[in-house]
Amino acid sequence: MAVPASPRPDMPAPQPVDAAKVSAIDRSETRTASLLVGGSGETGDRLFKFAMMLCGCAVLGMLVLIVYELVLRSSLSWHAFGFKFFGGRDWDPVNEKFGALPFVYGTLVSSFLALVIAVPLSIGVAVFTTEMCPVWLRAPLSFFVELLAAIPSVIYGLWAIFVLVPLLANYVEPFLAKTLGWTGFFSGPPYGISMLAAGLILAIMIVPIISSITREVLMVVPQHQREAALALGATRWEMIRIGVLRNARAGIVGGIILGLGRALGETMAVTMVIGNRPEIAKSFFAPGYTMASVLANEFSEATGDVYLSALIEIGLALFLVTIIVNSLARLLVWTVTRGQTAGARA
Amino acid sequence: MAQKAKPATAHSVPSIALRRRITDHLMTGLAVLTVIVVLTPLFAIFAYLVYRGVGSINWAFLTQTPKPVGEAGGGMANAIVGSVVILAIASVIGVPVGIGAGIYLAEYARNRFGDAIRFTADVLNGVPSIVIGIVAYAIVVLTQKHFSALAGGVALAIMMIPTITRTTEEMLLLVPTPLREAAYGLGIPRWRTTLSITLRTATSGVITGIMLAFARVAGETAPLLFTAFGNQFWNLRVNQPTAALPLQIFNYAISPYDEWHRQAWAGALVLIVLIVSAVAAVRIAVRHGTFGAA
Repeated sequence: MAVPASPRPDMPAPQPVDAAKVSAIDRSETRTASLLVGGSGETGDRLFKFAMMLCGCAVLGMLVLIVYELVLRSSLSWHAFGFKFFGGRDWDPVNEKFGALPFVYGTLVSSFLALVIAVPLSIGVAVFTTEMCPVWLRAPLSFFVELLAAIPSVIYGLWAIFVLVPLLANYVEPFLAKTLGWTGFFSGPPYGISMLAAGLILAIMIVPIISSITREVLMVVPQHQREAALALGATRWEMIRIGVLRNARAGIVGGIILGLGRALGETMAVTMVIGNRPEIAKSFFAPGYTMASVLANEFSEATGDVYLSALIEIGLALFLVTIIVNSLARLLVWTVTRGQTAGARA
Repeated sequence: MAQKAKPATAHSVPSIALRRRITDHLMTGLAVLTVIVVLTPLFAIFAYLVYRGVGSINWAFLTQTPKPVGEAGGGMANAIVGSVVILAIASVIGVPVGIGAGIYLAEYARNRFGDAIRFTADVLNGVPSIVIGIVAYAIVVLTQKHFSALAGGVALAIMMIPTITRTTEEMLLLVPTPLREAAYGLGIPRWRTTLSITLRTATSGVITGIMLAFARVAGETAPLLFTAFGNQFWNLRVNQPTAALPLQIFNYAISPYDEWHRQAWAGALVLIVLIVSAVAAVRIAVRHGTFGAA
């Protein structure tokens, strides 16, 4: 449009381009057109890939950062105590003497108790859902079991304090003391707050993990294994034992180790019921302390650099153990599910 | 037939068969028993939450801050809001990074390097939350010199990222390749294809992954103990100690006061309802296509 040299009263003034109208037309064209807006690609692609790679590297970076911070900040305690740190039984912040053995012991024993209780239960649930129950029941059943995993740890703890612990103190522990007291593992005053309570609540918390992994592994066992066993005249249980469980062994072990990893690092529920006393006692009725609980209870109140450093060293040890345990479990589960599906396809 | 041919073993055949049948029934019975034993705590916990919680929730609980020990009344309003703030910070950091890493794994890194990231993400998923708390303490609290909602948010974000990364990757891989190729064929640049075609197609799955991560961290207490720290009063500044619902439940549960126990149950019920309704709301929204439409 030619711009008039001098505005003439008989002609309308040139309208400014209505930006909104233009973009509306543009949008009404095709989606493709709008998708083409934003550069020819080359630079955009490179920038985008770079940004996404940064995000990917952030995942690696987080792990590096965790290791770096833990190692750096625990070095003081490491230099002061060395390997003796994990052999010492005294935890005396006032005199700055730190030995982590009671916590290591508590973590191992409570996790072990949890596994002893949870493993048969989880495998039973997994076997029932995959091999025995009617098809319509499968989905709701696995939903309910997985719902257990969605309950926050602190709510488990709350429930354990007010329901589980009194139950243990009034009924379960006296009964165990009477029947199994002679072993030495079930003796002493039944307060409820104990290693046993910690093991029980942990067991409830890790059942969903072990059973869902076991279920996954059982489902990739090729159908012809079951058919072969049945064709030989096996009963259903024999079929499960010979055809299914035996084939899924490695994967189930992987699931159990994954559950162990969770139990080792579980903090809140255990802290609320284990009694928090750094002692090593043979009886499961005695209170104990775990590596995670001591961090939860003492970290924010730790005065003095050595104290804090000792706590962070416990955190580092906990981290390393769970990393090893989890890697092992992942590798086992991966090899089983990958190998088996490939085998089933072949 | 076998019995007639070999009368000598006739009596043992049925007894073995009987034993096998009994074992079979016994094992079926045991499996049913394990299911009952496992589901009992689930129902017991929910029953107790409702039974103890419903009676304790009232208007004051939802609108007031905690009263000093010994005084009745008061509530957890500051903790509820604090939790929302901390979770918002965690989501703002964790969701974009998690989705980005998921896109990188699905679209660019089908190689060794990608495997390393995948493995790292899986391993990070298993790191105890209390350890993440220590790291957030070291990074944020020590540099800021005090406990803060930001530190709590960072800790929870670190926990969200691995989950979001892995689910996003899985969901993107489900999108058929011809869809991407069609977009390339129209001359649409790759980055635009990824964002507007691939990611959009996988929206509902990706959001489900985000909600999973969200639900997991919403109830986390351990990483907040020495990052957000908790607070008895209102605080909306992100660089100050902030109350959080799980922290408050923990502190009240281990206290010796009945009134606080009552409030702990109420808080637990609110927490569960918040988690469940957040997840359900997004599920419904996704199903009805609010996000997936366009």
